[in-house]
Amino acid sequence: MTVHPLSTGTQPAGDEAPIVLSVEHLSLDFRLRTEILHAVRDVSFVLRRGETLCLVGESGSGKSVTARALLRILDRNGAITGGRILLGNQGEEIDVAALSDRDPKLLQIRGGRIGLIFQEPMSSLSPVHTIGSQIIEALRLHRRMDKKQARAETIELLRQVEIPNPDKMVDRYTFEFSGGMRQRAMIAMALAADPDILIADEPTTALDVTTQAEILDLIKRLQVSRGMAMLLITHDMGVVAEVADAVAVMRYGRIVEAGSAEDIFHDARHPYTVRLLNSTVKLEQNQRTAARAETSTQARQPVLSVRNLSKVYGASSAWFGGNSHALKAVDDVSLDLYPGENLGIVGESGSGKTTLGRLILRTVEPSAGTVTYHGAGAPMDVTALSKQGLKAFHRDVRLVFQDPFASLNPRMTVKEIIGDPLYVSGKMRGAAIEARVAELLTLVGLDPMAMERYPHAFSGGQRQRIGIARALALDPKIIIADEATAALDVSIRAQILDLLLDIQQKLGLSFIFISHDISVVRYFCDRVAVMRLGKLVEVGTAEQICTQPQHPYTQSLISAVPNPDPRNKRMLHRTRYVA
Amino acid sequence: MLNYVIKRLIYMIPTLFGMSLIAFMIIQLPPGDYLTSMLATMAESGQNVDPAQLEAMRRAYGFDDPIWLQYWKWISGIIFRGDFGYSFEWNRPVADLIWERMGSTLAISIAALLFVWAVSLPIGIYSAMRRHSVGDYAFTFLGFIGLAVPNFIMALALMYFSYKVLGQSVGGLFSPEYVEAPWSWGKFVDLLAHLWIPIIVIGTSGTAALIRILRANLTDELNKPYVVTAKAKGLPEYKAVLKYPVRIALNPFVSAIGWVLPELVSGVTITAIVLNLPTAGPLLLRALISQDMYLAGSFILLMGVLTLFGMLISDILLALLDPRIRFN
Repeated sequence: MTVHPLSTGTQPAGDEAPIVLSVEHLSLDFRLRTEILHAVRDVSFVLRRGETLCLVGESGSGKSVTARALLRILDRNGAITGGRILLGNQGEEIDVAALSDRDPKLLQIRGGRIGLIFQEPMSSLSPVHTIGSQIIEALRLHRRMDKKQARAETIELLRQVEIPNPDKMVDRYTFEFSGGMRQRAMIAMALAADPDILIADEPTTALDVTTQAEILDLIKRLQVSRGMAMLLITHDMGVVAEVADAVAVMRYGRIVEAGSAEDIFHDARHPYTVRLLNSTVKLEQNQRTAARAETSTQARQPVLSVRNLSKVYGASSAWFGGNSHALKAVDDVSLDLYPGENLGIVGESGSGKTTLGRLILRTVEPSAGTVTYHGAGAPMDVTALSKQGLKAFHRDVRLVFQDPFASLNPRMTVKEIIGDPLYVSGKMRGAAIEARVAELLTLVGLDPMAMERYPHAFSGGQRQRIGIARALALDPKIIIADEATAALDVSIRAQILDLLLDIQQKLGLSFIFISHDISVVRYFCDRVAVMRLGKLVEVGTAEQICTQPQHPYTQSLISAVPNPDPRNKRMLHRTRYVA
Repeated sequence: MLNYVIKRLIYMIPTLFGMSLIAFMIIQLPPGDYLTSMLATMAESGQNVDPAQLEAMRRAYGFDDPIWLQYWKWISGIIFRGDFGYSFEWNRPVADLIWERMGSTLAISIAALLFVWAVSLPIGIYSAMRRHSVGDYAFTFLGFIGLAVPNFIMALALMYFSYKVLGQSVGGLFSPEYVEAPWSWGKFVDLLAHLWIPIIVIGTSGTAALIRILRANLTDELNKPYVVTAKAKGLPEYKAVLKYPVRIALNPFVSAIGWVLPELVSGVTITAIVLNLPTAGPLLLRALISQDMYLAGSFILLMGVLTLFGMLISDILLALLDPRIRFN
């Protein structure tokens, strides 16, 4: 595949902003235990002053290591094996790739010329130093300020990134900040030395949609006011459409297609780019409305009814001291789930959606309210069940977890993992389990031969399939999926959702689908419940919630979802919800 | 923070009470008492004891009183008069005996602790940063040898070495001519000349353990995103490592202080006996063998109290070092 030069964009060549960094034929190798991994091969791109280049690709495509190579902060076993990284410097150019590891110029470039923001705002700042001290350090390194000046400048920077009360927050620790605030502090630090280039490596992946919109807004404004070039790394085509001037698509360490945002979104040539776009756009439509008649839900008996369910944390005070701050994680929630229905629960982190899922399963004891399950026999009051009864209930209502890497025991084979619920329930033994596991693996689209292997041999998507097979083992009636696709790449995400829909048709299941990702819920669910601060603010059909939300909070949530079309940037006219 | 310390101190009262009960029960558990074991010793050496005299002593010491009354006598003396009882074997107040030994015990233990930290901190950092290098393997090898060789063997070997090669008098903390002499420069130098053997013997196993702990902790921390952030900021590698991950990897060092205090009393008994050190360990052992109940009981109680205070100190230090603990 040839690499299209970036100048193929629509702009005439004369108007283009000056190049601040150009990467030419960069290749990176990692020495592994048994082999050499060519993580990046022959990658070329340029960053222009005031413009944003988005590097897009799925996990493992080499986009993050490319960004780190620009700063020369690769892991010890990685090395640049070819190519040049030319950093423009008032006429003279420095080849970053050719500098020695101990070159003082390198230390000046890091943070001074190129700033870096990471994905994980939780762990990318030191937990034992104050926010202020970490920013002051960057200022003193690059701008030769004394302590007092640096402190004043830090407060000014925090004000620029819109942190309220910056003179107080400067002395706070990172764990006293929310995720969005930490990312703001991280941005302030990256901008401290007034760099020419800002590298943002998945800066909003770990954040809620509304926070994501605000952070992207902020980065864009700062970029414009400072005239920085930006390299934004992301897997989310919606984000790309919102902010990119130019786009480069990476796969298996190579750039497969590059061009202006307009070209990539409306005139993609490489099949991989087309596939990536399709799986993103596909999630923009509801898959369910066509499949079912709407009238039926009202008449039928719900399979699960939740009435006035509440969970209060920290209400009881300890005998000595103890706190009296009660937190209402779930506050008076009433819901119905009908047979064969997919009910989505959306909300930002901390809205109580995960707790609600656990309350329904009663792995967390509710403080008040009832959950009634209408199974095969008489209606069951789940909140009053004995241990034995709860066991039977858990046979009918199963859970699929978020993290496909952490939810499978690495020391058990796939057969043991999927067969475990069968074994525990005492339903089957020996060869019967094996036959059932093979059947389940076929059902989730895996080869039955895979049952003797361990989870590490599978990719994230395949592992999630194993998790789903485990949930299906006991022929459940309801599956609660808590962020079941959040850890997956976008193309795999669509596959897993299709798989779940397919299984639902075959087995007649009901799903409670908990997610912070509006597009996934829109694709997958019949009805959607929106939660905020433990309360249910709105319930409606997926189409109605996504296109005509009634509650102002839902409106602000929907308007913050990035739209994968650069001609129609949704975030420019989003609404904010002030409670 | 002050609230936290006060709360912790109040919580300690019931724990201390329980500990004193257990200490007293432990010294009452072996069959017989000090007099029976004295009788046995005297009978072995062919002396006769007048049963009437024995009975008189038994009454005088209160061995015939009910257990709870004995306990009350013991604990009330400690609480109200600072009187830990009377050592039968030494014929002296227990408090005097213990304090006499505490000075040298403290000196040796603190010196050993400083040795452990001074050696293991730089080596641990080096090993973590240059993992699987020749230097790492060499230090790991030495560390495991230190961990594996029993202390008394090491003590004997070093004594032999210092006697044969350096021509020093071995054992104890001073040469014979200085033992009773008042403090002078010469005595101090003599102390240093003797002190290095116990410090190395006591310190090596701790050093090896701490190197491994620091290496493992730091290896985990070195890959955290905040280290990359520090490097991306433009900090030179050694500064980035010392300021951020090392600071967090220090927690086990501070936690270890909690165990150091009780170790002061009992930890190095065998080494102290081999090296003839005037520390508390041998005294405790002797007291336990001869059923010198008040001395042994006071030692056990003291160890418990030291453990509690050690934990308190390390918790406070940990809170000072790590704001996440301080604020939660």
